[in-house]
Amino acid sequence: MAGHPSTYEPKYAATRWLDQRLPIIRMSADFMVFPSPRNLNYWWTFGGILALCLVAQIITGIILAMHYVPHVDLAFDSVQRIRRDVPFGWLLQPMHAVGASMFFLAVYVHMFRGLYYGSYKAPRELLWIIGCVIYLTMMATAFLGYTLPWGQMSFWGATVITGFFGAVPVVGVSLQEWLLGGYSVDNATLNRFFALHYLLPFVIAAIVGLHVWALHHVGQNNPIGVTPKTKSDTLSFHPFYTVKDAFAVAMFLMIFAYFLFYQPDALGHSDNYIPADPLKTPAHIVPEWYFLPFYAILRAVPDKLAGILLMFGAIVVLFVLPWLDTSKVRSMRFRPVARGFFFIFLFFCFVLGWCGAGNPDDIAVPIGKGLSFYRVSQIATIYYFAFFLIILPVLGLTEKAKTLPDSITKSVLGDTAVAAAE
Amino acid sequence: MKSIFTKLALGLSAFAVVTTAGVAYAAGGKNEHKMEHVHWHFDGPRGTFDRAAVQRGYQVYREVCAACHSLDHLSFRHLGDKNGPYYSDDYKNPSDNPYVKSFAADWTIEDIDSETGDVTERPGVPADKFPPIFPNDAAARASNGGALPPDLSLIVAARGGGADYVYNLLVSYGLEVPKDLKLTAGLHYNPVMDGGAIAMAAPLLDGQVEYAPTEINDHGEVKIVPAPAATVEQMSKDVTEFLAWSSDPKMEQRKSLGFAVMLYLLILSVLLYFSYKAVWRDVEH
Repeated sequence: MAGHPSTYEPKYAATRWLDQRLPIIRMSADFMVFPSPRNLNYWWTFGGILALCLVAQIITGIILAMHYVPHVDLAFDSVQRIRRDVPFGWLLQPMHAVGASMFFLAVYVHMFRGLYYGSYKAPRELLWIIGCVIYLTMMATAFLGYTLPWGQMSFWGATVITGFFGAVPVVGVSLQEWLLGGYSVDNATLNRFFALHYLLPFVIAAIVGLHVWALHHVGQNNPIGVTPKTKSDTLSFHPFYTVKDAFAVAMFLMIFAYFLFYQPDALGHSDNYIPADPLKTPAHIVPEWYFLPFYAILRAVPDKLAGILLMFGAIVVLFVLPWLDTSKVRSMRFRPVARGFFFIFLFFCFVLGWCGAGNPDDIAVPIGKGLSFYRVSQIATIYYFAFFLIILPVLGLTEKAKTLPDSITKSVLGDTAVAAAE
Repeated sequence: MKSIFTKLALGLSAFAVVTTAGVAYAAGGKNEHKMEHVHWHFDGPRGTFDRAAVQRGYQVYREVCAACHSLDHLSFRHLGDKNGPYYSDDYKNPSDNPYVKSFAADWTIEDIDSETGDVTERPGVPADKFPPIFPNDAAARASNGGALPPDLSLIVAARGGGADYVYNLLVSYGLEVPKDLKLTAGLHYNPVMDGGAIAMAAPLLDGQVEYAPTEINDHGEVKIVPAPAATVEQMSKDVTEFLAWSSDPKMEQRKSLGFAVMLYLLILSVLLYFSYKAVWRDVEH
């Protein structure tokens, strides 16, 4: 929380000298004893997991960049060379590719946690918005990175996504050509995508710095959403949450390791093992799994520009969420109606992902004449937007929340124990 | 606390189900033909390549497939790499491996005479890549009725059904052509192929290769084993095993490291769990 007194005492002349000039040890020491709500559950461990993901992606990425060749004739072969001949390339290349999926898995858990426990509400609006900027930058980075192996899905995915810009009225075509460095996805595109893919992770790291700074200014939210009031409401970050985070990280790494070692290709598409061929369009162009819900929203309307606007709208709506949700109660534990709508929302996010992987014309639900993926994605898209634009604003005004506990300590120990302690 | 664990588990399994379903959906086409699932030696977390099958598969590739299909991403030396089909403990450097040398010498490599600058030909050495079969794509198409024979080094990874797809494609020839399918000249019916029409004629016939009753083990020793009958199914299985190795030659290293990593993480998790319990012992939360 803001303004908790620093307890760091420099012990040596050198650390005293440093402390008066650049109190960097003091900052780290204060972070370690940062008062954290005592009731944080495992959903709160994903922040640390995400930090680890970012570091892992940057380290593996830098090593891959030493061996990768960003040229249309050589890129595909250079990735194969990394996997076959570069020492430990067979480990690093899949670690980077699977790592991207794991990064998104963790960020989605982190975001749904924020959504459920109202972590975007005052005073954490900026913390949430900075998080949304990180997510947006992550999406850009992942898209650029997926282009680099220069397989069929890389090439055609890049063609589809950059095509969005062509739909912008008036300047669209010029904008698209400017982005591509030509009339179509080609060597110039690959070169700039590589340069930007190398740049953006460091931008993410910088924004993560802001995210952590904002977090330490306003303090963590917690499962009951009641602001800590007394000392007994919080625990020192170390050792209580360092050990809890470490345990969660180890569990997460097991999932990571399972995919990395036993199913390295399960999260990718087999077509990306075919070198890019500008003359041959794959039967189905599908993005990576973490973009599938947005892909479904894009294809839910027949008009290209409208689809693109809806897709971007699906992310923009997250930015204004702190002002759409009118309820003063943070945690959905105390909002039984909103809680129900939240789980329906979660369900429809999965449905959108499912629709994104499907062929729009195919039958998804065999009821009556059968619902096509196209129709199902329309229903899910309507719910997605209705949740943010109608349900949350209205519920906040009409819903009667359960009574909130007076304090975190009370909710943990019960009234009698608190009385006894006093 | 338990409920949080349950929720986490539920959440993750939901994710797993949805992604697997999505991936499976994205991978599968609309094909009526039922593909046979083969129990591959390399299936499962401890699965390894069947060394003898990969050796036989290389023979099938060399004697049959190599007439049209290249192996762009393989060098001869890869045959003698750790976990490769002709690896020998006595030749850690595959370039010294006599089997690898003789297989390489079996191929003709185009080179430039450094004195005259003329294009010359010489026998291959382990450091050479498998040479292209045709000088360029246009030549490949011209020799194959307009169709381009795909490179095979990644074929198992590059097809949705993986090894099963390649095996089924090879054995699904000579079936009755559906009435509504119009085959133009130079195309053959194969239900595994998308659309049912393939330019490649049935590549394998029973007894097309002659399997030697030998297997070469990790020490480069020749073991006498009964040679399997060279049926279309057997040759298809063998060449698919070889191509599966070619797609993912580091699979065995990866799986064995994976086992160690999983074990390490498991022990670490247990230790961290008890550390967590110890640190939080006196704290109600």
